Amino acid sequence: MDATELARWQFGITTVYHFLFVPITIGLSFLVAGLQTAWSRTGNEKWLKLTKFYGKLLLINFAMGVVTGLVQEFQFGMNWSVYSRFVGDIFGAPLALEALLAFFLESTFLGLWIFGWDKLPKRIHLACIWIVAVGTVLSAAFILAANSWMQNPVGFRINPERGRAELTDFGAVLTNKVALITLPHTVTGAFLTAGALMAAVAMWHLVRRPGRDTEAFRSAVKLGSWTSLVAMALLFITGDIQGKIMTEVQPMKMAAAEALYTTEQPAPFSLFTIGTLDGSRPVWSLDVPRLLSFLATGTFDGRVQGINDLQAEYAARFGPGEYKPNIPVTYWSFRLMIGLGVLAALLALWSLWSIRKGRSPAPGRRSTRFLMWGMIALPLLPLAANSFGWIFTEMGRQPWIVFSQMKTAIAASPSASSGDVITSLVVYTLLYGALAVVEVGLLVHYARAGLPDVAPPPETASDEDRPLAFAY
Amino acid sequence: MELSTLWFLLIALLFIGYFVLEGFDFGVGMLLPVLGRDERERRVLINTIGPVWDGNEVWLITAGGAMFAAFPEWYATLFSGFYLPLLLILLALILRGVAFEYRGKRPATSWRRRWDWCIVFGSAVPAFLWGVAFANIVRGVPLNAAHDYTGSLFTLLNVYAILGGLTTVALFLTHGAIFLALKTTGEIRQRANRLAERVGVAAAIAAVLFLGVTLLRRATPSAVTLAVLAALCLVGGLISNRAPSRTDPEGRREGWAFAGTAAAIALAVASLFADLYPFVLPSTVDPLTNSLTVTNASSTPYTLKIMTWVALVFTPIVLLYQGWTYWVFRKRIGVQHIPDEAAQMPAPGGRAVG
Repeated sequence: MDATELARWQFGITTVYHFLFVPITIGLSFLVAGLQTAWSRTGNEKWLKLTKFYGKLLLINFAMGVVTGLVQEFQFGMNWSVYSRFVGDIFGAPLALEALLAFFLESTFLGLWIFGWDKLPKRIHLACIWIVAVGTVLSAAFILAANSWMQNPVGFRINPERGRAELTDFGAVLTNKVALITLPHTVTGAFLTAGALMAAVAMWHLVRRPGRDTEAFRSAVKLGSWTSLVAMALLFITGDIQGKIMTEVQPMKMAAAEALYTTEQPAPFSLFTIGTLDGSRPVWSLDVPRLLSFLATGTFDGRVQGINDLQAEYAARFGPGEYKPNIPVTYWSFRLMIGLGVLAALLALWSLWSIRKGRSPAPGRRSTRFLMWGMIALPLLPLAANSFGWIFTEMGRQPWIVFSQMKTAIAASPSASSGDVITSLVVYTLLYGALAVVEVGLLVHYARAGLPDVAPPPETASDEDRPLAFAY
Repeated sequence: MELSTLWFLLIALLFIGYFVLEGFDFGVGMLLPVLGRDERERRVLINTIGPVWDGNEVWLITAGGAMFAAFPEWYATLFSGFYLPLLLILLALILRGVAFEYRGKRPATSWRRRWDWCIVFGSAVPAFLWGVAFANIVRGVPLNAAHDYTGSLFTLLNVYAILGGLTTVALFLTHGAIFLALKTTGEIRQRANRLAERVGVAAAIAAVLFLGVTLLRRATPSAVTLAVLAALCLVGGLISNRAPSRTDPEGRREGWAFAGTAAAIALAVASLFADLYPFVLPSTVDPLTNSLTVTNASSTPYTLKIMTWVALVFTPIVLLYQGWTYWVFRKRIGVQHIPDEAAQMPAPGGRAVG
């Protein structure tokens, strides 16, 4: 493997890993803010208990999101210096704004929320977690604007003297149509994930610890599952729009999503294919007629361009070379993204069904045992779906690092040797693996522990010596 | 003033903010096993920076982002050239950040000792390597005509750079000890004050040596002025740290001492940037053609203009709410404020039911 390939592996590993924590942070910060608001409005203690319980899970997760995000900020320069020089005038601004406008908000107000339980007036303390939640979406908006520029570069010109892309219209970069649809799609994906996590943990308690905080956990199952279901509906809508925009700006990616080699009108969508996906006749495939036409164009008899035609077109436009991405990766990641997301929504529906009208799943029954396995899968499925979504988006753009402007093959740092990149690749992978074990262990530990006691601490003689409400 | 010069100043400001703020929490991290003699004391130390360390670290992320946006060439050359030291810094910061959050999440002593070492390692390594990195930036490194770094790891580990690293370690240790004296009560405060006296002398010697050597290589009037002011502030801070407090017979003038070390760090970093200007990364090979300057490394005026507006509006807001955080958590902490573990740990009995 050459240094570029190693750098790509490293980017893939560090980014997919980082994005395991991001959606949970985004979704759960809103859900925890909602729980605390419910407590503030009703005074019902169950909401406070749930706030603290899910708040703890949020913090365990948040820490990993923050520290893995550090790598994201630096690795463009470390591994992709040619890319950084080429796009810095455009790509750097959203990154800097993300830090200035979003990261400061998130980190400062999260600190205030964690340690401020007894130090801040209740309403201000509540405002802190809402500010954190808004900060997470703000952060998503900037980083997705940056990524969307790589998918669909807008608002720039090429300066041939400096050999770089230069910004001409920052408004166009922020309102890139790809960015405007990717943001809601990504954020609803985050809600699907966080809702699934909330519902799964609560359901586990309902089944394994019957009689303990039942009312609170029933509320949490409902809140989490409904969040996931609504999110899934929105994912379909946003994903559908996104597909049509993608067909417009990167038709090759849509063709690659279906492994459609020859242009067809109307084009079917295959749910499964047994075969090599190399353009030869598949052994077997399960096709839905006209569906790809609809996904790509919005009409059931739309024309969808095939890989071979696009390859010829691009070769004529950009010069000789290979312009198709890795087809098995795009084909399967596209299906897994959708399929695993839908499966998660079905499991959320099942959990709602199992507690309908005051019922609870009877311990010991076989259906309850299946339900428990389902609950273990429930938060994992959307996490995997998110990852496949990103793998599809990024791998589907190849061979371009900036679509139509710069190829990935020339973007890596010349001064970072293969040895440097191997070293960092190995070190990150080992460290991330070890931290994953620690993090999951803590999440499970605190998820199993159940709701905390929220009785106020005993009054002490002097106010000065009162213990902190929260301390590390 | 040219916008690229303004952004050079803003990036200097971001790094000043980063070193002044994270400087003391690096110091606290390094002093964890020294000043925290038992578990409760170590928790006191960690809780003095608990609510703020993450916000402090965002100064670095913002500085990195601002470099990328305003001086893409600088960002690309520096980060790809200083590859292994940066990798080490990132690993250290990852371990440190996770350690603060996870250390208290399990009661076992072995668990906590391991995270304690992550905090010490995670604070000491960046404290040293940032000094090494900035010494190399000021001194210059071999760059080719494409502005790519052509040296190796050992090019960066020269005597001057190591002196720079030792200086930042000593400065941050002093800064952290004085911060702890300012933020704690009782015996930890006494110990921190005594320690600051001793490390402070070492820091002063190292800083004077390092800045002296820097200015002997290349001196601009502003850099010299700033360096002299930095030295004066450090000495002033250390003297305040020996002066008894007027209100509290047990204490010293820790507020003044902390202001002194903070100003000393700020002025020292400012002096390095003043000495660097108009370069952002000088080349030791063909300095006239291969060096990166504020002109040849910068973004377009249009990008800089947008960034300038955003920075002018939002930087004061950030300063305001970060300042407010320090105000909210202004009280001193002592061992009596550390809540009992039992109240925070999940009940061990909970597991048996499951």
